[in-house]
Amino acid sequence: MKVIEARDLTFTYAGSSKPAIENVNLAVDRGEFVLLTGPSGCGKTTLARCLNALIPSFYQGEISGTMSVLGRDMSRLTTSELARKVGFVFQNPENQLFSLSVERDVAFGPENLGLPREETRRRVDWAMKITGISELREAAPYELSGGQQQRAAIAAVLAMKPEIMVLDEPTSFLDPLSASQIVEAVAALRREIDITIVLIEHRLDLASKYASRIIVMDQGRVTLEGPPSKVYGEEAKLLGIGIPKISMLFNLLRKDGFDLGRTPVTVEEASQRIRSYLEHD
Amino acid sequence: MNMIEVKDLHFAYEDKEVLRDIDLTISDGEFVAIMGENGAGKTTLVKHFNGLLKPARGEVLIDGISTRKSTVAHLSRNVGLVFQNPDHQLFSETVFEEVAFSMRNLGYPEETIRKRVKFILETLDLGAYAEASPFMLSGGERKRVALASVLVSDPKHIILDEPTIGQDYQQKDRLRNFIIQMNSQGRTVVIVTHDIEFVVDCKPRVILVSKGSILADNSYDSILSDRELVEKASLVSPQIAALMSSLTNLNFSPKILDLYHAKSALEQRFGEIVHKAV
Repeated sequence: MKVIEARDLTFTYAGSSKPAIENVNLAVDRGEFVLLTGPSGCGKTTLARCLNALIPSFYQGEISGTMSVLGRDMSRLTTSELARKVGFVFQNPENQLFSLSVERDVAFGPENLGLPREETRRRVDWAMKITGISELREAAPYELSGGQQQRAAIAAVLAMKPEIMVLDEPTSFLDPLSASQIVEAVAALRREIDITIVLIEHRLDLASKYASRIIVMDQGRVTLEGPPSKVYGEEAKLLGIGIPKISMLFNLLRKDGFDLGRTPVTVEEASQRIRSYLEHD
Repeated sequence: MNMIEVKDLHFAYEDKEVLRDIDLTISDGEFVAIMGENGAGKTTLVKHFNGLLKPARGEVLIDGISTRKSTVAHLSRNVGLVFQNPDHQLFSETVFEEVAFSMRNLGYPEETIRKRVKFILETLDLGAYAEASPFMLSGGERKRVALASVLVSDPKHIILDEPTIGQDYQQKDRLRNFIIQMNSQGRTVVIVTHDIEFVVDCKPRVILVSKGSILADNSYDSILSDRELVEKASLVSPQIAALMSSLTNLNFSPKILDLYHAKSALEQRFGEIVHKAV
């Protein structure tokens, strides 16, 4: 089942003469992990704003084409209706946490939905467990490390039991170890619950191995999409996208006449491929 | 001449110790990256480099003068510090005014200011936004405005806290070229960063900070190819280093971090095999 579907979607912000996104066609299946990337100003954030109906209900502008989220047309959806179905996690978790304890922050969403106390408690426990912050229940958000704060922000979104989770550069402020742990935790969610992930990222080395699909945007359009190894192999069309260095390495080798097969996405895969190339010849 | 000399620096926020036993020297014209886990004390350390913070114990000398005997206003003429979060320093109505502010304060003639601001905006790909409000820009663009507003007055020493956050591949490349250009003109550059691949591309001296003290201080390749150190500092190995160290039993050096270096090492080996087969 398609959870996100856009047809010829074009949006121009009020006061701007150039569309921020133009003729975007997109279909995302339930349970996919989509990595959305492209240079600054390519339209990624605008597209994300369509996913929770901030466009067109909050940002004014001219819109054409159609977009549906979870089977309903966006023109008939409001941000508040979508809030419980589409969860957003942003770059800086500080902006998302405001309570005096992690538990209060995670409980905020379910309480706002008017859920019974027992159900709220269950969801809070579950969301904190799944993000690995159960022991931080009583801590104040400002006492946490950046990685813990981002986990708390993700837990707060998960407690709403969203069907789609959109993460906009969620690891920018984190050290590399915390960053890879967060992405791993997000990827693990797909094994636990039926959720669709849309991750917006510049740093592709981090998330490529979990992504079922990469969508590359440039100047408001989708310029390339497919599984990571296919996308990273299309060097010529990737101007300005920082693909992982191991993928780049294989593309360079291929250009010099050493074709080691499919462009690798993980270090393990690359290592394997080099070994078998050396053994076969 | 030493740009920075830190002797037995200790610092605490209230009763929480953030830095201890820090000893380090950075010479004029060096290029240094400070790396380490979230909360390691990196930002607190660099705030001592322009006198924003003064040591609780020990001493910090900038260009030979103790920060205790100097003011931030005086130090900031020579030391430009760009904060991690641009919103902590932006306040003007237009990008142009924001960037011109420090030069106005220093009393430069209007014509010089205009030329210099224009140059710096174009260098950082902000030329089109001169008349825009900084707050209408994207996070990555605001970050570059903050950079421009410090770099415009051409400080002798430049300290950048997480300059690559929110920057795409092309902007990072531009930033790297600019940093290297400034460094090659003799300016000292200190960056605080988590961006391992950026460090691999820039090739600076690396100071690893962990839990408030210095864990290691060496060239980027000795540090980033040392798995144990990398793990201790909550970093991850650069991709090429990880690949090469997985191939050590085929006699590839785990010290190779650079993409093109790896490419030629592999091609040489592939070539030998073809040769043997023939």
